Amino acid sequence: MDVELRPKLVGQRIKRFEDPRLLTGAGRFVDDITPPGTLFLAFRRSDHPHALIKSIDLGSALSVPGVVAVFDATDIENDLRPAIPSSRMKGYYATPLWPLARGKVRYVGEPVLAVAAESRYAAEDALDRIQIDYESLPFANRAEDAVADGAPLLHEDAGTNAIVVRSFGRGDVDAAFAGAAFSVGATFRLRRKTPVAIENRCYLAEWDKRRSALTLHSSTNIPGVIRDVLSDCLDLPGNRLRVIAPDVGGSFGSKGSLYPEEMLVAVLARKLQRPIKWTSDRLEDLASTSQAFDEIMQAELAVDADGRLLGLKADVIGDIGAYSIYPWTGALEPVQVVSFMPGPYRLENYQARVRGVVTPKAPTGPYRGVGRPAATFAMERLIDMAARRLGLDPAEMRRRNLITAPEFPYRSASGIIWDRSGFQECLQAACDKANYDSLLRKRDEARAEGRWVGIGFASYAELTGIGSRISVAPGMPINTGTETATIRIDATGSITAAFGIASHGQGLETTLAQVIADELGCRIEDIEIQHGDSALVPMGTGTYASRSAVLGGGAATLSARVVRTKVLKAAAHLMELPVDKLVAHNGIVSAPGSNQSITFKEIANAVYAQMGRIPHNAREDLVASETYDPYFGTATSATHLAMIEIDTGTYGVTVTRYVVAEDCGRVINPMIVDGQVQGAVAQGIGVALLEEVIHDDDGQIVTASLADYLIPIAGTMPPIGIVHVETVLPPTQGGFRGMGEGGTIGAPAAIANAVSDALSAMGIEITTLPITPDRIFQLITQQGSLPQ
Amino acid sequence: MTVVSVTVNRTVYRRDVEDRLLLSDFLRNDLSLTGTHVGCEHGVCGACTVIVDGYSVRSCLLLAVQTDGAVVETVEGLGTTEALNPLQKAFQDHHALQCGFCTPGFLMACTDMLRRLPLTTDAEIREALSGNLCRCTGYEHIVNAVRDAVRKRGPL
Repeated sequence: MDVELRPKLVGQRIKRFEDPRLLTGAGRFVDDITPPGTLFLAFRRSDHPHALIKSIDLGSALSVPGVVAVFDATDIENDLRPAIPSSRMKGYYATPLWPLARGKVRYVGEPVLAVAAESRYAAEDALDRIQIDYESLPFANRAEDAVADGAPLLHEDAGTNAIVVRSFGRGDVDAAFAGAAFSVGATFRLRRKTPVAIENRCYLAEWDKRRSALTLHSSTNIPGVIRDVLSDCLDLPGNRLRVIAPDVGGSFGSKGSLYPEEMLVAVLARKLQRPIKWTSDRLEDLASTSQAFDEIMQAELAVDADGRLLGLKADVIGDIGAYSIYPWTGALEPVQVVSFMPGPYRLENYQARVRGVVTPKAPTGPYRGVGRPAATFAMERLIDMAARRLGLDPAEMRRRNLITAPEFPYRSASGIIWDRSGFQECLQAACDKANYDSLLRKRDEARAEGRWVGIGFASYAELTGIGSRISVAPGMPINTGTETATIRIDATGSITAAFGIASHGQGLETTLAQVIADELGCRIEDIEIQHGDSALVPMGTGTYASRSAVLGGGAATLSARVVRTKVLKAAAHLMELPVDKLVAHNGIVSAPGSNQSITFKEIANAVYAQMGRIPHNAREDLVASETYDPYFGTATSATHLAMIEIDTGTYGVTVTRYVVAEDCGRVINPMIVDGQVQGAVAQGIGVALLEEVIHDDDGQIVTASLADYLIPIAGTMPPIGIVHVETVLPPTQGGFRGMGEGGTIGAPAAIANAVSDALSAMGIEITTLPITPDRIFQLITQQGSLPQ
Repeated sequence: MTVVSVTVNRTVYRRDVEDRLLLSDFLRNDLSLTGTHVGCEHGVCGACTVIVDGYSVRSCLLLAVQTDGAVVETVEGLGTTEALNPLQKAFQDHHALQCGFCTPGFLMACTDMLRRLPLTTDAEIREALSGNLCRCTGYEHIVNAVRDAVRKRGPL
């Protein structure tokens, strides 16, 4: 059979290699590892939003059996340097990150001191015996207050609470608005979220006295970044500092930053020369893990009489919490809100300002979608508001404005370059899949019965697989645009492929093996994918920003290609045939048209173990280490369509139909892509309807348990209909686009539009998420249209 | 300290434990059965679900001393990596897990519900799954896996 016609593994629903261990309790998460002699940490955290630490009285803490030591900031002052989340952005202030509060606390939940003990139970007993005296300081709880002149400063050295300020502009916005038929606008509010990975954060550090070396086991998705920054903080070279992320129980971005507890565990392992472990409980997670999506977006859209978009104005305040997070900085979320707000649309005139403001809350960081769920919520609401004003169908409104095939590559009004992607095709595919016309009829029939039913769209584009030309976070100096794969065939013929990525649920041990098996021509079951370990490649960062399939897959392809060439050359010597007559498939090298063949195992044995079978000057180890850099990134696009019904008695919203049509390029494993889309949409539905981190006026976090911070459950999730639209493959190696985050980008907007549609007869437009029953009640009451 | 004698996955263990020791910590730390995971320690997420005397329970809401004389089943008592049991196999076939952290809790909850509930409709399956939180999958593939397991189980 012709090689090209042989069945490929890319594109198939290969069952995951990760599953057997995870299904039998044989996985290994950080908290499953407890070396002999381990000391356990418990933290005393600030119960003040903004206060000076006046005194700490340890009381009888040290007399609790099993307690070894107590540390506050002064005890470790000389043991490390702080991490600085630097950026090239003008006017930005980088808040230094230390493990424990130094003299002052800036949010409820900030670590102040730590007890090390023989058990977590003993450590927590000791915490109760410690007295900390604070002097309360004034604070501005709300971002809109914190940004005002004269607001109490959280970081005096910054001189302002607005530590990030940036403007974007293109074209003549004033002229566009002056020439518009009309404009629509509102202040949109996306309320603060927390990612809630089911595994809480956990860190275990071990000091090796023999080598003066540190190994940190971390529930992180950026082991390479953590290795590099701790190398500076602890003054340890990379060959004596190793960060291992074993099985990691979800992240969604929340485990993608450096944490104070992570630094302290490393510092204390070296200081005490014993293994040190800290496992977060859920209260600590909800109070201190990076939060997200806390945005106030004033936005206005100018439209002509045919519904064409003329201009957009946006003024955004992002509440970034108490500190700028390492390495992404507090600019990550709010700046992306304005840079992605023009969406997948043809729009020439744009003017935007964004301010990232520090407030006494847990720091914000990356969370699935980053900035784009907020941007898409605002923009897609404006599109629907304009369509309603014109009496135009929302699908037709989008059709008139989405970038069309001949217009690619298209430079968006904020400067993002969209490569060819199925912007229009996804809209059409979503309508077809949902049978849009029939849905409209069903909606109208339900309304005739007095039911509150609505349909909503969201179209968006995201930049994925970002290469070295573009910073993942604005102005961030760390290169995240390359990925290295080291592939080797050993003397037994088995294949090991090592990466800098860190899979934590994405199934990359399976998808990367599919890519390698196709390219190398080996058996997929002979491959072991290694990841989540800073020692595997010279430089690796991790898995985030929808990069790993694109960059990891690209690096895998390049390395596998080199190894295949070496395999074929060795086989040519062994088979005494010209190399260009040979092909490799399924672990066998053969010569089409002859009956000669040889297995990879035999070739490996001949190369490594049998003297003289290959001429000594032609013998090459069957290894390769290649780095892939897509340089730019590639556009992943989608349209979501949601149908909802509001209970007219309880005002609870039920999602009754949900469709996603997305273009993620070549699909490596459709089963895994479906799983990513479904999970991301569930998180987007949480954003839209349930999830809200609430701080009261005293700065206390009110949603400090999973009974108060609600995430979607099986009973409230609809089935998701998914269409994979493959238009033109992008120029990335393999034609892959990133697709891990999109579901969370589209769902909040689609549901907000559907709820607005359901309530349109009352003139209600949704501008705040989540849409809780209470908020719907308030809106209807304010409108004075409370039904009987 | 109290002596606890408990049967876990058909093995009898006798241990001297503090009265306040959680069953979840006892299984993970004293018996090294780390397949049972701890996600919230306040009884909401269900990651720590195990079966005690035939009923699925939150091991974070029970004390180890309460299981004296009891028969406990954990994820380690299901199939092995080489020979998954039918429920585990259904989870793999349907891609019902991603990070796998909540999975042991789902498997134990499903083991219990497959023994006692008809689970004839998706609504019933979703209702039965609603005591366990998964943040990765959006639940659809878990529902598909349970439906498949119900089909292979047959009617009760």
